[in-house]
Amino acid sequence: MSELREQIENVIASEDVTLFMKGTPQFVMCGNSSRALEALRHAGAPVTTVDVLPDTRIRQELSAISSWPTIPQVFVRGELIGGADIVEELG
Amino acid sequence: MAADRLRNLLEQAFPASEVEVEDRTGGGDHFQITVSSARFDGLSLLEQHRLVNEALAAPFADGTIHELRIKTKGTQ
Repeated sequence: MSELREQIENVIASEDVTLFMKGTPQFVMCGNSSRALEALRHAGAPVTTVDVLPDTRIRQELSAISSWPTIPQVFVRGELIGGADIVEELG
Repeated sequence: MAADRLRNLLEQAFPASEVEVEDRTGGGDHFQITVSSARFDGLSLLEQHRLVNEALAAPFADGTIHELRIKTKGTQ
């Protein structure tokens, strides 16, 4: 297993809520990432965010792990919850 | 038209369903889709969206879809 993949899996497993997004909470680079972040904030959960933009391999490894093609992706206690639409709908 | 291609793929994947495809920006790459199908009955939202993503794997892979918003509904 690649080191990067291991790092991603460790974050997913160890953080309560992880949001893989385009950009950072301070500078969101995509509408759907923004929607997911807002929905999670509205739910009041502390969120750990990972920016996938600095290295295309992050997104490749993440989608290989989750079998989910798009960004953002939200994980809660190690499990994929979904993208922006699902988080909004559940929120 | 990219929207027609998406609609065709969704109608093939979800026969006897209601499919709406909206080109949100008019640019042919940001879409809002709504699918109402009995195939979604009893599935979690995650599983429902997975089925939609699978149906649209080709336009995802070739870059046709830049952004997608999904709304799924079962029949029950």
